[in-house]
Amino acid sequence: MIEAHKEPEMTFENAASMGLSQEEWDLILTRLGRVPNLCELGIFSAMWSEHCSYKSSKKWLKTLPVDGPQVIEGPGENAGAIDIGDGLAAIFKIESHNHPSYIEPYQGAATGVGGILRDVFTMGARPVALLNALRFGAPDHEKTKHLLGGVVHGIGGYGNCIGIPTIGGETNFDASYDGNILVNAMAVGLANSDRIFRSAATGPGNPVIYVGAKTGRDGIHGATMASTEFSDETVSKRPTVQVGDPFTGKLLMEACLELMASDAVLSIQDMGAAGLTSSSVEMASKGGLGMEIDLDLVPAREEGMSAYELMLSESQERMLMVLKPDATEVARAVFDKWDLDFMPIGQVTETGRLVLLKNGETACDIPLDPLVDDAPEYDRPQKEVAPLDILSSNSISNNDGVTAMLKRLLGTFDLASRRWIYEQYDSQVMADTIAGPGGDAGVVRVHGSQKGLAMTTDCTPRYVEADPKTGGAQAVAEAYRNICAVGAKPLAITNNLNFGNPEKPEIMAQMAQSVVGMGEAARALDTPVVSGNVSLYNETDGKAIKPCPVIGMVGVIDDIANLVGLAPTAAGQSLYVIGQNADDNDGWLGMSLFARHFSENTMVAPPPVDLASERKHGEFVQAQIAAGTIAAAHDISDGGLAVTVAEMVLKAGLGAAIDLPAGGNAQGWAFGEDQGRYIIAVNDGAEIESAAASAGVSLAKIGTLNDGGELKFGDEASISISWMRSCVEDTIPNLMNG
Amino acid sequence: MSISSMRVAIVVFPGSNCDRDMMVGIEQLTGRRPSLIWHKEATLDPVDLAIIPGGFSFGDYLRCGALAARSPVIDAVMDHAARGGAVMGICNGFQILLETGMLPGVLVQNAGLNYVCRNTAIKVQETVSSPFTANLEVGSDLVMPVAHNEGNYFASDEELARLDDNGQIAFRYAESDIYGPANPNGAAKDIAGIVSTNGRVMGMMPHPERAISKELGGVDGATLLQGCLEALAS
Repeated sequence: MIEAHKEPEMTFENAASMGLSQEEWDLILTRLGRVPNLCELGIFSAMWSEHCSYKSSKKWLKTLPVDGPQVIEGPGENAGAIDIGDGLAAIFKIESHNHPSYIEPYQGAATGVGGILRDVFTMGARPVALLNALRFGAPDHEKTKHLLGGVVHGIGGYGNCIGIPTIGGETNFDASYDGNILVNAMAVGLANSDRIFRSAATGPGNPVIYVGAKTGRDGIHGATMASTEFSDETVSKRPTVQVGDPFTGKLLMEACLELMASDAVLSIQDMGAAGLTSSSVEMASKGGLGMEIDLDLVPAREEGMSAYELMLSESQERMLMVLKPDATEVARAVFDKWDLDFMPIGQVTETGRLVLLKNGETACDIPLDPLVDDAPEYDRPQKEVAPLDILSSNSISNNDGVTAMLKRLLGTFDLASRRWIYEQYDSQVMADTIAGPGGDAGVVRVHGSQKGLAMTTDCTPRYVEADPKTGGAQAVAEAYRNICAVGAKPLAITNNLNFGNPEKPEIMAQMAQSVVGMGEAARALDTPVVSGNVSLYNETDGKAIKPCPVIGMVGVIDDIANLVGLAPTAAGQSLYVIGQNADDNDGWLGMSLFARHFSENTMVAPPPVDLASERKHGEFVQAQIAAGTIAAAHDISDGGLAVTVAEMVLKAGLGAAIDLPAGGNAQGWAFGEDQGRYIIAVNDGAEIESAAASAGVSLAKIGTLNDGGELKFGDEASISISWMRSCVEDTIPNLMNG
Repeated sequence: MSISSMRVAIVVFPGSNCDRDMMVGIEQLTGRRPSLIWHKEATLDPVDLAIIPGGFSFGDYLRCGALAARSPVIDAVMDHAARGGAVMGICNGFQILLETGMLPGVLVQNAGLNYVCRNTAIKVQETVSSPFTANLEVGSDLVMPVAHNEGNYFASDEELARLDDNGQIAFRYAESDIYGPANPNGAAKDIAGIVSTNGRVMGMMPHPERAISKELGGVDGATLLQGCLEALAS
């Protein structure tokens, strides 16, 4: 019965099977001065996994800006916190659940949502919104339909039930994700700035309490699985995927928030990746203390679970708390009310060690420093990124005009309406959703006020693949534009770095250089990084995904009455492009959607990002929206100006006549993806022209809205709005119902 | 009586998630905060209107509302209804009312097999005398969102005919310029909401509490709730 007695001595082979290298195994032997037992080795391998230790990315993450007057809590806690005024903090984070979602899409995605919500309410915040960033394989790949359907059901299954609105996100398709989809979930919550809870354990002798669901054998060693490459063999690892229970998640959220309204809780940590291991180790380590836990007291779902299994399980909906010594009974009453397990399982110590008891014997006794502070950190070699050629528009444009190419682009999955996806998410529960999915940024009202929180997730992997540094900066810039386009002021970032195997120099360069670009942009746009997640080894059978450093950004708008959407509000309004002059008659087609579909897929330079004009244009748009001169705004991104205009008229159900440039390259002008630009609709052209002139912002009138129901470019044949609507609306339903 | 002195109670299950939204909506209209009644309560103080809000009462892993319908507070709500008290069930609340038998029929999975959250237009029907329709214009359309996975109303042909004959169909999904099929879930006879034979109990799938201001996208939900409160006050 007592496994320690019959357990064979651990060897490097055991360590290797848990994803540790020979050097890391040797390091464990040195640090410990002896051979670890199975449970101890499991703890080392989980804490030293890429997922928990950030060993390949830490060096680069340290270069990101994390400070600013708006920052209350930067990276390192369960989530980041920023000051949004009026004594309130927005608390948010994004996290990946890529590998589990590929193996078991419903549960993988559902527990991704559950996990990120726990990160936010652990800080004392009531979650108010969810977003996601999803990447699937080619639409015609045999698994895409199954994975898309399962992931969307899973995200909705958790978010809808727990009652937090899913108000935004992005979904893209690319063959590089055929064998390794990306499922990143972001949660945003609100708390009083002076009532934020942290995870550092305090007070030796204080009770350590386990609350929530019972521990089972699901998800054992999930963090390690998330830190290795995929192969056909991995797909059979279904037992390492956790199972979500949003109802228990809801009970846990309500019970924790109710308890945190009292002064009983000293510190609290979610049991996420690596479960009881990471929560106990991180709490004790952050407090500079130790912890002792009697594993026989851990509420277990199954009999006979070993110390190893109890420590490595990733069963969902669990929390670890340190309470004030006299608060135990008050806390127990709250958890009884919500019918949840509440069990004192140990205490804070002064030893600097993690001590675990099982069956009355010591199952683990290891120092904390090597697990966290002295964990391995690598400066992995990078392959130099060669400068790329600039693609001239004339080399890929044709004589088909703008309209014909727009029609072809609108029929692609890249520009298909995401309605089939977002209508499966409850985007309105909590009754504070002011702008739901389908716009540039989602906006929720700060409950009981006129203030709004705007949020978005963005990344353009094809830019990052071509030029990681520019692509990293572009992800920040596009998120910034999306927040500005609704009239909000961008405040801070959470990031989710999805890459392949960092032991390959070309992948390491993608990660490191995109973080450098991201840092430059975050500094220039004054949007520090307050939280994030790294997901590496996104490879299948040696083939890496397109790099995808997702940015989640949060901004604030003081009065939601000033908010604008992307739909022009009346015929007769004029359309202008901000960030471009009237005599600009070409555009940057390199790495554009146009190039993706209509040229050989060669690697050329993506559009450059000019951070100074990005900020200038963003601040101009914010100011003009606040002043009421702008009726609608939409940032220019995938597909360029023509697609942006098409999306605006489609949303409004209005027609428009657009003037084409007299010379130059019309397709370059229409589909170029030059950065830092917006299309706006205004009632008074003279007013915006004069404002732009005083602000020194480039501006050009491109057309006028009408109620004709057709979009017309110059003298070309027009396209009806109803044709465009069925074109973009039918694409995904046809795939899913076909 | 004016609506500002209305006593409204909202039942709260552990998985309710539209309880606060309804509380805010009622308070916006009456100026008085409704009381929230925890599901373990076995009695209900006298109220003018009892509301069972939307959500996932007990997770709804079994049949939606099946566990909730057997909770202590529902006995109290049924007693209230037996005395002629008004009861309104929204979404999961509608599912619970069907599980208790206070209203006939069942709500099964949406015909599209997916959860659906979007705006719908519902047409006010001519009904038996009922506070829930008394102040609404018959034939008018109200726009408010649905958000559910099991909103597909189903009953036997005889039952459906009886509902029609008795004037128990309160709201039907209606054609409008909103993108997508008018009937979002395949409900029989486009039924979005029904009332009891005496008109005092009403269940509906759409969420009026989510359409109570221009910022939230419309005020037709406020119109519905206000009409009901005024009818009950008069």
